[in-house]
Amino acid sequence: MKNRSWAQLIAPLILLAFPLFVDSDYYRHVVIMALMWVVIGSSWNLLAGFTGQVSFGHAIFFGIGAYSAGLLKMHLGLSPWWGMLLGGPMAMAIGFVIGWICFRLRGPYFALATIAVGEIFHLLFKYFNNFTGGMEGILIIQTFRSKLPYYFLALGLAGACVLTIILVMRSKWGYYFISIREDQDAAESMGISAFRYKSLSLMISSFFTGLAGAFYMNYMAFIDPEVVYSLHYISIMAILVGIIGGVGTIWGPAVGAFIMVLVQETFRSSIFGLAPDWVSEAHALVFGVLVMFVILFMANGVVGDWKKITHLFTGKKQAPSTNGSAA
Amino acid sequence: MDVFLQTLVSGVLIGGIYALIGIGMTLIMGVMHIINLAHGQLMMVAMYITFVLYQYLGLDPYVSLFIAMPALFLLGAVIQKLFLNPLLKVDSILPENQVLMTVGIGMVLTEIVRIIFGSDYKSVTTSYSGSVMYLGDIAFNTPMVVAFGIALALTAGLFYFLLRTDLGKSVRATAQNKEAARLMGVNAERITVLTFGIGAGLVAAAGTLLLPIFYLFPDIGGHFTLKAFVITILGGLGSTVGAIFGGVVLGIAESFGATYLSMDLKDVVGMVIFLLVLIFLPGGLKRLTKI
Repeated sequence: MKNRSWAQLIAPLILLAFPLFVDSDYYRHVVIMALMWVVIGSSWNLLAGFTGQVSFGHAIFFGIGAYSAGLLKMHLGLSPWWGMLLGGPMAMAIGFVIGWICFRLRGPYFALATIAVGEIFHLLFKYFNNFTGGMEGILIIQTFRSKLPYYFLALGLAGACVLTIILVMRSKWGYYFISIREDQDAAESMGISAFRYKSLSLMISSFFTGLAGAFYMNYMAFIDPEVVYSLHYISIMAILVGIIGGVGTIWGPAVGAFIMVLVQETFRSSIFGLAPDWVSEAHALVFGVLVMFVILFMANGVVGDWKKITHLFTGKKQAPSTNGSAA
Repeated sequence: MDVFLQTLVSGVLIGGIYALIGIGMTLIMGVMHIINLAHGQLMMVAMYITFVLYQYLGLDPYVSLFIAMPALFLLGAVIQKLFLNPLLKVDSILPENQVLMTVGIGMVLTEIVRIIFGSDYKSVTTSYSGSVMYLGDIAFNTPMVVAFGIALALTAGLFYFLLRTDLGKSVRATAQNKEAARLMGVNAERITVLTFGIGAGLVAAAGTLLLPIFYLFPDIGGHFTLKAFVITILGGLGSTVGAIFGGVVLGIAESFGATYLSMDLKDVVGMVIFLLVLIFLPGGLKRLTKI
């Protein structure tokens, strides 16, 4: 346990100092993307890992955030940075409505409903091209040429997101969320309104995912429905990031996000140019295999099963698992 | 009126193939209680097998049925045995572990195919791909009619298997109550492997039948996974009869959406119906028919 609290202190410091030591735009970009995924993965984890509502539709909130920034620019000529203010609340409002519709369903049915809603958003944004730009997407001009402002913005977002989740999970709400995950009926019989707290969890989760979306619009300067509403590249990636790092742990998705981005970039660059070219096409494949491996052998992810992993190397017998919840 | 009838006919015909996709999924859902999010990807693999057989050996897609179906049966059985059954023993926070595993499997299948064949569109154009039969003013696309017929035959075969054979009865018993079935001497684990195999085999048939009229690319799998679970929910989870209705309803709904709304909104129609059924009729069409 002691090692881990050290890691929690040192990791943010390393990230703060990172741009001082690394000059390369490419490496900064990689870390920026990882930080963005920390936000998405952690928000997904608040809803799925802590509240037990597995969402397959986080691309909705990501897309809403991205489009609120992009549409402001496209229709009103406002700076897309206003989207950083609007994107979060917009995604939160949509999240509330979706929750209102979908939370009457439980377990796998909820998951299916979120896939359906996600696809509806995807198709509608593609169809109403007068309003959304359709398949042409929205192209803006980046405000800064340097990566630095984006870096610290992403770091700030990730920090705010993780910190909020830590605070929420320490408060009464956190215990309500977990009680709903463990047994919704028991929670309701104790007087916890399952609908209210599931909605709250979803709203916090969608708020940060929307912010990440607005950030993406500003940083990448191009969006189209195929990218931001993608079931595979956003919704499912959010889930995989959570699983690899550890569902239901605070730091899990953060670790998972870095693992995911590192694996992808390592293979996309053909292991830094050392391997033959075809390796670069295997980046998604390797990640898929990694996910299967983690589910099979480390069901609670790298962070959740950290003890198991260290015991593997020290050769000690595994301690009886203390199925940690908010650890 | 002609347009209306024509729309209805093409909806029903494609619905037959959808039913085949849905039955495989609903069988897996009924016995293992998991949503197989790799279902469309299995279909995609079958389509590529058929494509390769046609391209390099000149084998007719309808002949390839006899190769693609057993191949996918094996693939499905292996997936269930090696990747899904071991998860029953794993302790984790989310009960949806097996579902998430199928997501991973689907991703791996798609990427393997992408590395081998690339992302570009492929198609199989047979001599009969474009042929059409007429009944009055209504056109029947011949490969669609053949596909519909074979789909019906396979469904009938499946029902015979489930209702009349000992093995089929074991499958139904496992679906109804796994523990009780085990107490009666059914090897539930082997039944799950068999069921996943059959489900994969059926969806392989659907893929092969679609190939003469459809195009093919690695990401097509995800598209059909979505359709598969829409059908399954429409019909009522785990109900094979429901899946047939669900498939036909989805086929007709999409067909009417494409004709009367817009080609681009065809998929939205399916999703909206799906959401409405999920919310207002959670048992699916099964609830209405009481079958």
